[in-house]
Amino acid sequence: MINTSETTGPLIRICGLAKTFGCQTVLDGVNLDVNQGEIMVIMGGSGCGKSTLLRHLIGSMLPDQGHVELFGKRTCDLNKKQLTETKKKFGILFQSGALINSLTVGNNVALPLREHTALDESTISIIVKIKLELVGLREHADKLPAQISGGMKKRAGLARAIALDPQILFYDEPSAGLDPVTSAQIDQLIIDLTRKLHVTSVVVTHEMDSAFTIADRICMLDKGKVLKIGTRREFEDLRDSDINNVTNETELLIRQFLRGDADGPITQRIVNSDYEEDLLAVNEDSKLCWCK
Amino acid sequence: MKNALANLSPKALALIGRWAMNLSGQFFSLVGGIAILFGNSSKQISIEVIQLRKASRIALVDQMLRVGIRAIPIIFLVMSAIGVILPLQMFNQLDQFGQADQIATINAIAAFRELGPLMTAIVLSGFAGASIAAELATMSTSEEIEALESMALDPIRFLVVPRLVATVIMTVLLTILADVVMVASGMLTGIKLGLDSDVFLQTTRLAVTSMGFITGLIKAFVYGLLIGLIACHLGLSVKPCQGSAGVGQATTNTVVYGIVAIISAAAVFTLIFYSYGWLV
Repeated sequence: MINTSETTGPLIRICGLAKTFGCQTVLDGVNLDVNQGEIMVIMGGSGCGKSTLLRHLIGSMLPDQGHVELFGKRTCDLNKKQLTETKKKFGILFQSGALINSLTVGNNVALPLREHTALDESTISIIVKIKLELVGLREHADKLPAQISGGMKKRAGLARAIALDPQILFYDEPSAGLDPVTSAQIDQLIIDLTRKLHVTSVVVTHEMDSAFTIADRICMLDKGKVLKIGTRREFEDLRDSDINNVTNETELLIRQFLRGDADGPITQRIVNSDYEEDLLAVNEDSKLCWCK
Repeated sequence: MKNALANLSPKALALIGRWAMNLSGQFFSLVGGIAILFGNSSKQISIEVIQLRKASRIALVDQMLRVGIRAIPIIFLVMSAIGVILPLQMFNQLDQFGQADQIATINAIAAFRELGPLMTAIVLSGFAGASIAAELATMSTSEEIEALESMALDPIRFLVVPRLVATVIMTVLLTILADVVMVASGMLTGIKLGLDSDVFLQTTRLAVTSMGFITGLIKAFVYGLLIGLIACHLGLSVKPCQGSAGVGQATTNTVVYGIVAIISAAAVFTLIFYSYGWLV
């Protein structure tokens, strides 16, 4: 199921990643390889652990078990200096763009260049213009983040993410909350960056249209576990398959998610939860449970 | 009734115990967090001092203007008011013993040693502390801090250091302003009460020793440090999932903890200075 590139090995490798918050298991033994130059889409319902997985990939969270390898090195074994060097080789587009609100769009893009390179201001200014032109925001360089729209913030965030010419780009819900045209533009940008600059992309999303437009391979997460890793074609076939031909419970679940059906195993799971018991048995224990 | 009480008391005890545990837990996590932040910031400040980068200087001046300028009118108002209150309250008592001139001494000692730094710090914990905490907390909730970290930019160097240094410098500078305003206002009140302005000035000059002035500035330095550290620590402690409620809580806590910390520190300082005989 997992493809590994024979020549260079995967650029990103996730091995047995597990994370628990209190009594809630968010990631439960996730294994995934991402090869160089491909777009891997990680999808799943809300709260399935995909954003937590992304935070482990960028090193802002440490796993309870398992490890993440970037460029063939375990991130948890790296010292601060090595981690800084690794971080310079990847870029992240956050859900909200995460621009620094006190800096103009241009200065936001210039920030990693000023901090991590010894380039002079005139060179930085040229690079900033090139990166902003790539995302179509060159004429908005002097505006503050508060003066531009949500879609523009995301594009500016993308320009900042590619400022240092990273080898890997992580996207957290790149097209969530955008109008269809802007969403399509972002999708096209992701594809262009991957094909033109040979960037490896990991995209976390639950927007099906976007996922099927950009993905080379798709990884479906559910309750912190990997349900299926496959090519876009495999997922498209599963989505379009007749329900009578799908017998496997997991595949039925994925099919419902991909099609966005109201009825199916995901909905059934919610119905099967102990709602009635919870509603009727208002005893001391359940009170305590609520208090917690 | 007795049974009910007997049943209640373990529960009440458990509640009090849990409350005490929570409170002490919060206290130690705050103190620990501030100590760690202080250590990390000191390290970064020393690096910044060696490098003296242009961007850091610009960020520092920005923060100093933001922290200090808006507080100037309020400090003027507060210290002028105290400069009016203190002589008026003292005048009748001192006048009975023919010591009305001593108003200048009391006013000067109160201003330079205690009220100048204290009132400046309290005003700044509202102005600087609350705005720093709100800003950093908002940055946390809008993933900006995470974005900085992901770009391998240290939020402590990038955000905490300029704010902390600016708060400390401005607390010290505004304390000098507060001292002067309170003495001037006290003098005007004294003149209105029939005291001689030359005698007032001379008595003030005698009352303000260099030690008194310096201990006041040492206090201001520490108060500034406390405000900056508490605000930055609480602002950065907000998790993205806490949203606007987290921002509000961080801001409120910064002002409350800030004022408690400043007044506690004032008491500790005065005790230490007294026991060393520096309050002569």
